[in-house]
Order: sequence, then structure tokens, then C-alpha cells
Amino acid sequence: MLRKITIGQYYSVDSFIHRLDPRVKLFATMMYVVSLFMANNWVGYLLGAIALAVYIKASKVPMNFIMRGLKPIIFLLCFSVLFNLFLTTGGTVLVKFWIITITTAGVKQAFFMAVRLILLIIGSSIMTYTTTPNQLTDAMEKSLGFLKKVKVPVHELAMMMSIALRFIPILVEETDKMMKAQLARGANFEEGNLIQRAKAMVPILVPLFISAFRRATDLALAMEARCYHGGEGRTRMKPLQYQGADRVMYLVFAVYFAAIIATRFLPL
Amino acid sequence: MSIKLEHVSLDYEDGGRINHALKDVTLEIPDNQFVGLIGHTGSGKSSLIQHLNGLLHATSGTIYYNGENIYAEGYSMRKLRNKVGLVFQYPEHQLFEVDVFADVCFGPKNQGLSEEEVKERAREALNLVGLDESYYKKSPFELSGGQKRRVAIAGVLAMNPEVLVLDEPTAGLDPRGRDEILGQIKELKEQRNMTIVLVSHSMEDVARYVDRLIVMNHGEAVYDGTPREVFRHYKELEKIGLAAPQVTYLMHQLKERGLDVNTDVITIEEAREELKRVLSKKKNTVSIQADSLLNVTNEVHQGDTASC
Repeated sequence: MLRKITIGQYYSVDSFIHRLDPRVKLFATMMYVVSLFMANNWVGYLLGAIALAVYIKASKVPMNFIMRGLKPIIFLLCFSVLFNLFLTTGGTVLVKFWIITITTAGVKQAFFMAVRLILLIIGSSIMTYTTTPNQLTDAMEKSLGFLKKVKVPVHELAMMMSIALRFIPILVEETDKMMKAQLARGANFEEGNLIQRAKAMVPILVPLFISAFRRATDLALAMEARCYHGGEGRTRMKPLQYQGADRVMYLVFAVYFAAIIATRFLPL
Repeated sequence: MSIKLEHVSLDYEDGGRINHALKDVTLEIPDNQFVGLIGHTGSGKSSLIQHLNGLLHATSGTIYYNGENIYAEGYSMRKLRNKVGLVFQYPEHQLFEVDVFADVCFGPKNQGLSEEEVKERAREALNLVGLDESYYKKSPFELSGGQKRRVAIAGVLAMNPEVLVLDEPTAGLDPRGRDEILGQIKELKEQRNMTIVLVSHSMEDVARYVDRLIVMNHGEAVYDGTPREVFRHYKELEKIGLAAPQVTYLMHQLKERGLDVNTDVITIEEAREELKRVLSKKKNTVSIQADSLLNVTNEVHQGDTASC
């Protein structure tokens, strides 16, 4: 059941977007998130949606795969839409019933909020769909390299992050296995009150922690056996280097960002 | 009393493609049978055994336990799991309690027994796997691999199951640990009339212990019979990544080289008897050859134990 979550996964396919330098994608994603908060009218959101649609098309990640990634946030989405719908004041009143008041401003606000959230989630997950965790940490390490001057251990942090990401699927699988093993011994995860349920997790969590520690020790040994000793003087097999396409894409994103800012001044 | 699988299939989706973990498996496991299940990695053995206690739900098909459809509405999966004990691969990884005794108590406690009964069950189970009272208060994590595994098996035995399913209980154990565990399982079958399903990668082990052998390949049960019958197909078994016991190959080679032995031999003991029989017939003519052949079987015996 835990495997159905597609958000944060990598979708392996060869596409123009997959081949881009991860720094470009990282930067583009951040700019995209900022641009969504800059947009303040429907033209801006439309532009954002179209840009994302083109980007997804170019990445060759199937649409239904992306839509599945939205499922876990449906609750959050409904929640924020309802709140905006009922609690925004201003504009003409559409419905007035008991303590509920729906105004045109509320409808507008709720709609924009939903669009913004959806674009935000898809926009940031498309980065993980098209970039492997290792590429992503490489990109961060290189982009934040300047922080080394002020004694921030950038390489170590990046290594920690890539190891953590690498362990997620393993731990998910392990949890699944532990749950089954304890179910086979008559454990009950579905019934009982909150405290009983929390207690029922102990037979899963304890072995899970133990196996995580064991794996971490093994990994540390394996890394030391291959002479890993931190980032000092370490070179890369595939150093990140901008290609023509990467520079062009930076330009494209800059134009997009400028366009979003321009929409703010549209007389609507 | 039996487990009956009728046309059981299990599909799963992997990146948009439908894969078949199990394809139309139909079989019946009667009471008090020692069943071996072999197949290469990914052949569907583990999926099959997880159906037996309802951890996996078949995409299609029905499973009957003692004549009752386990997928029928209102059928209690928890009750089924009390009857069909499943020991996973590397079961020692699931230990979590502060001491051995408490961990074995986990299963019977979940069954809702009284404290006295729970303790009685735990003592009995630990006794069955050969761990005495000096182990009760030890932390599971200070035991050796083989001892941990026995604690984990005791944890399932303490639930008093009618059927015991074990997924490669001897993986990663030394030869002595392996023989001890398999010997104890055999005893369980004989003394407590349990039904045993043993998943194994060792042809020698299944040849030695099981009454019936089921071979899985690509989610299908391709052979089902006594080990002797199944190992007759050793050439076909090789094609699906399996083999016959080493000693069967030896007998085939001896036959090829002109010694008239029965090639239906699957254990070392049988081979020894068969060779004695054949060789005593021509003792007068080739006594020197007989001695050297017996030496060969002895070497094979030692080699077999050492290699596993």
C-alpha cells in the first residue's frame, strides 16, 4: 500500500528534460514556485499552467503517473479550498445561510488557491520525476559550493542527503515486511484506540530501527573500505558541466519569469 | 482438514505493466504432510505461501482452509493466521522484545490467552526448538544467528498452529544449525501431527526431509510429486535454474560409465545402500574398485555438508 505513492519518485525515461543539467532543473523549480506566488490574476495562472504542460510534455512522464502523485494531497487541497471559500470576506454575497457566507471574493480566492496548490505540487514533483536523487544532491553541492568558504560542510550534507534518499525505498520495503511478519504473529494494527494503536507499532518500529542501524554500519564500513574520507580533494566521475541546451533553458525560464511579472501589471 | 487452492492467480502492476506473480495455481495440501516448495528467485514461492495465511489476497481464485472459503465475507483472517503459522525469511529480524521469553509470548498474547496459558505456550515452544531456561531472560540480540532464528520460530510455534509454513528457515546458517533446525521441524511433523510447508533452495534438504515436492516456475506449479518423481526430471529442472541433488548426478555418471546402479537415488544414505548392493554382487571380481567407489561417496558426503 505504501508503494502507491509516486510523489518524490524518479521516472526513468530518456527525454530532453531528463538530460538537462540538474542545476538548471533545481533553479527552474525554485523560480517556478516563486512565480506562482507572484502571479495574482488568471492570466498569470494560465501562463503558469501552460508552461508546466509544455514542460511535462517534453519530459515524457505520463500524465496519469503525475495525477497519481496528487492523490495524497487531495485532503489538504479540499481543506484549504473550503476555508478560503467560507472565510474570505468582500465582494458580493452569493449565498447566506446560517453562519455560512459565500462571497465572490471567496470563490475567486478558493479557486486560485486550488490552482496554485496543484501547480505547486506538480511543478515540484516533476523535478524529482526527471532527476535522480544523486543528480539532485550533486546539483545542490555544486550550487551551494560557495558556502564552503564560511565553513559549512556542504559535501557532507549533500552526502547525508543522498544516503537518506537512497534509504527511503529500502525502509518502505522493510516496513512492509515487518508488518506482514507481525501480522502473521497475530498483531492487530486496525483496531483499538489511539494508545493501543501506537503500542501496536512497537513490534514494527523496534526491528525497523535495528535494521536501519545495521544497514548504516554496513554502509559506513563499505564506504571506508573504498577509502571514502569526506569531500577533501574528491573529484567526480561525471563533473557537472553546462551544455548549450542548459544555457538556452536558463534563458527560456528567465523569459517565463519576466512574463509572469508582466501579467501583474495587466489592466484586469 | 486441508488447504486447498483453486485457480489462484495474483497480478501486480509494475510501472504500468501487469505482471503475474502467480498463474492459475491449483493444489491441495492434506493434513500432516511435509511439503517442499522449490523454485528459482522470483518464481512465486514467497507469494504463494503468503496466500496460505491471507497476507496476500489473490486477484482471482479461491482458497479453502478446512473446507471454508477464506475469502468469504465474515471469515476471520486473524483466526486463519492462528492456524497457519508463517515463518518469514530471516525471521530473527522481527524480534523486538527485551528478552527471549517475552518475544515468544507476543504471538499467544495476541490470541487473547490468559497469562498462565501464554507462559505455558512460550515454555513449550522454546522447549521444542531446543532452548532451555538459561536463555529465557537473555536479550534476543546477544544470541548467535542460529539461536535467534530458533527464538523466532518458537515465536510462531507458540501460537500452536496446525500448519507451519517456513520460508527458507536455513538460509545463512552453518551446516550444524541447518541440520538442527530441519531435524526439529521434522520432529514437529511427527510428534504434533503438524502440516509443514518448507520453502528451500537446497535440493539435498528437500530430498532428505519432505514427503512431497512442488516446483514453481514463473508463477506456475510445474511439478508436483514425491522428491524421487520430481528429481527424475533433473534435465528439465536445470532449464529453470534448479537441479537434482548432487548424489543423483553421481549415480547418473556411474551408470554412464558402466556400473549398473539405480539412478532413482536422492540421498547420500540411499546412495551408500545402493552402491553396497551393486558392488557386493560383483565383489569377487572387482573388490579393489568397490573400495575406491565407497571412498568417492564418502568424499561426496563430506563435500556436500561443507559446501552448504
